[in-house]
Amino acid sequence: MKNLLAGLVSGVAATLLWSAASADELKLAVKTETSGIDPHWQTLIVNIQIDRHFFDHLIEFGDKMELVPGLAASWKALDDKTWEFKLREGVKWQDGSPFTADDVVFTWERIPQVVNAPGPFSQYIRGKKVTKVDDFTVRVSTEAPYPLMETDVAQFAIVSRKNGDGATSADYNSGKATIGTGPFKFVEYVSGDRIVMKANPDYWRGKPKWDRVTIKPIKSGPSRVAALRAGDVDLIDFVPPADINTLKKDSSVSVWQGSSNRPVFLHLDTNRDLSPSMLTNDGKPLWPNPTRDWKVRKAISLAINQEAIVDKVMEGNAILATQLVPPGFFGYNEDLKPGEYDPDRAKKLLAEAGYPDGFRVTLNGTHDRYINDKQIVQTVAQMVSRIGIKVEVRTHPVATYYTTANTGAYSFWLGSHSVSTGEPSAQLNHLIHTTWPGTPYCCTPRGYSNPRVDRIIEKGMVTVDNDEREKLFKQAIGIAVEDIAVIPLHYQLNTWASRPGIEYISRLDEMTLAQNVIKTK
Amino acid sequence: MSVFIIRRLMQSVVVVFVMTLIVFFGVMVIGNPVDILIGQDCDGPCREQVIRALGLHLPLHEQYFVFVKNALKGELGVSFRAGIPAIHLIFERMPATMELAFSAMFMAIVIGIPLGMWAGLKPNSVSGKLIMGGSILGFSLPSFWVGLMFIMIFAVALDWLPATGRGDTIPVLGLQLSLFTLDGLSHLILPAINLALFKMSLVIRLTRAGMREALFMDYVKFAYAKGLGQRRVVLVHVLKNILIPVVTVLGLELGNVIAFSVVTETVFSWPGMGKLIIDSIDVLDRPVVVAYLMITVFMFIFINLVVDIFYSMLDPRVRLQGAER
Repeated sequence: MKNLLAGLVSGVAATLLWSAASADELKLAVKTETSGIDPHWQTLIVNIQIDRHFFDHLIEFGDKMELVPGLAASWKALDDKTWEFKLREGVKWQDGSPFTADDVVFTWERIPQVVNAPGPFSQYIRGKKVTKVDDFTVRVSTEAPYPLMETDVAQFAIVSRKNGDGATSADYNSGKATIGTGPFKFVEYVSGDRIVMKANPDYWRGKPKWDRVTIKPIKSGPSRVAALRAGDVDLIDFVPPADINTLKKDSSVSVWQGSSNRPVFLHLDTNRDLSPSMLTNDGKPLWPNPTRDWKVRKAISLAINQEAIVDKVMEGNAILATQLVPPGFFGYNEDLKPGEYDPDRAKKLLAEAGYPDGFRVTLNGTHDRYINDKQIVQTVAQMVSRIGIKVEVRTHPVATYYTTANTGAYSFWLGSHSVSTGEPSAQLNHLIHTTWPGTPYCCTPRGYSNPRVDRIIEKGMVTVDNDEREKLFKQAIGIAVEDIAVIPLHYQLNTWASRPGIEYISRLDEMTLAQNVIKTK
Repeated sequence: MSVFIIRRLMQSVVVVFVMTLIVFFGVMVIGNPVDILIGQDCDGPCREQVIRALGLHLPLHEQYFVFVKNALKGELGVSFRAGIPAIHLIFERMPATMELAFSAMFMAIVIGIPLGMWAGLKPNSVSGKLIMGGSILGFSLPSFWVGLMFIMIFAVALDWLPATGRGDTIPVLGLQLSLFTLDGLSHLILPAINLALFKMSLVIRLTRAGMREALFMDYVKFAYAKGLGQRRVVLVHVLKNILIPVVTVLGLELGNVIAFSVVTETVFSWPGMGKLIIDSIDVLDRPVVVAYLMITVFMFIFINLVVDIFYSMLDPRVRLQGAER
């Protein structure tokens, strides 16, 4: 009992001490921890959001995923195969050495050498040769016309040759090599517990607003909310969906919400004559696969009340989706409308297609990956059952979901693919284009194939002219959505919550950055 | 005694070997780590590169041989996710879990045993009944709920203690420990109590049951008849006799608390081993899961050995049996 009391007393003392800490100290709690400080280790948002504090990229994604000049002051395509980047002059590394074209060349050399990287960045420099023109100019050339130069270059951080030559990933984790041009300097990294950084007063965009920043991973949603309410942290990301509306009403907490780059949709296996879980009403394999018929696909789409899902399942914390990219993104097709809800017409179409009594199908979904994913598939199954198609629901942990989906085991499944480059080429390549193993058109589960759309996508992928390419992508999206290649449901909203006196400028790409936290009091 | 220990060690080698098979192949059938690790834009050649870098292109049995070969050298694989040896990751997190586990076990023992003895001595008193009632609560309330309640009451409503995480650490004998700083203790107290509640209830019930049984034994009556006072009878003669089941259970529970305090560590975001294993399972970081389970096997074997040695100290009959064989 004695140590219990001692603990209580010391706890009170510690709390008092904590409140006396510097007012310019910011503590952030994030849902997912980075897997390392090496900026070229894993191509996940949770890693990039950490490197953005220490390092800069040549081109950066802004809050709305627009392209913002970073260490490159300007850039242009000299011809279809060559790009020129003018580097920012007068930028200093945090150890005082100047930033030059050598560092860019070094970054290009280093990325493929990061051995055992579980998410290699080499995919972004593959086929691109960099040459130094002078101290502040580099040229990047490709074998074939390559339109995605800007978004590829925006993915990786530039590291310094002086500090990075021969440095291993461990040297970045220990902070020895973590000397960037970014707004914050590395102080400490304790895996599983915290990342601590302090302001870089000489940052080229101006001194950061926070003197010291601590980023803590708190994976459990309720614990993250509790940590905020207890004053342990100032801001949390990924507010659990069940808490959003309660927190919005709570005056001791501010909620910051913004649209995301993440559409959620349903896939149908429309590609094969026989699909594993499409069965006749008495449980025999159903030949031919009914969803090859546009009328059946349209019927399923008409059966789903998108608005009800957004209002009831998502409790208003989502936006109706019309296609594969959210509004405002490059390639967004304004002509597309949210899917109508008309169960009577759906039944009629189903009968016309030759299935007046429906058929059986299994709808698969995750239960730990997207906001309310389990509830979404349950609701969709109910809605589709109403037009006579008997839908069985199966949910899986994400750890096995996509692996199974990749084997072609699903006939009807929930999917999502964030628009991580600010434009739709990845969605088109990975979800709409016919799957071709061993090419960029591979490796993600999809159930659609349409040679006409394939040709438009392929043409877009070699068109460097932005307007021309956007037109092609819009056209491809238009045809695919009208043809019901996927059934768009909604775009998720990103939600942060903070203590009062702090504002978060929401980002489409789900990143939580100290640079975006503003002190209002 | 030494024959006994040697025999136990040989049994252990077999157990460890069988466990490598079960653990390794068990983990391999779940999902494909590549699908989790790579970014969604990682296409064909990029995927191929990752599969090779992680050694996943080898057939399963060859992966197992590589694993066994390295394990014999004391290397249990490199984490897919962090790229550092799995064993480093585990040992890095171990002090945090150890101090949590030992604080919880300490509380369970110093509070549980006296309360259990009291409840056994005075089963019909109000205090005795209160203790037993409390132990039922401690048993049956789910620990994640209790943890969240602790946070809501002591961290959010009363604002006495921090809600999550581990406090400041200082190096003690080369280990980073938070037991010796105020901030560290304030972070430790809630998770430790949360973890201790169940064990404490277990100890109370075991001790009470033992007391009830022992108090009617002949040797107790004889001791009283010999003229010994109650204090000496209970604290020396009875206590020694009822500790055997308590030590067995505590030994196993210690192993459990160290290896699988997953729930408490997750709720309080405690950077320990339990959180490491659950995070690793989520991203299918196979080497860490395998290494973790192997270390757990070793730990249980070791704890069981220690428990057996304790038995022989507490109960001469165990010692004598060992000598006869």
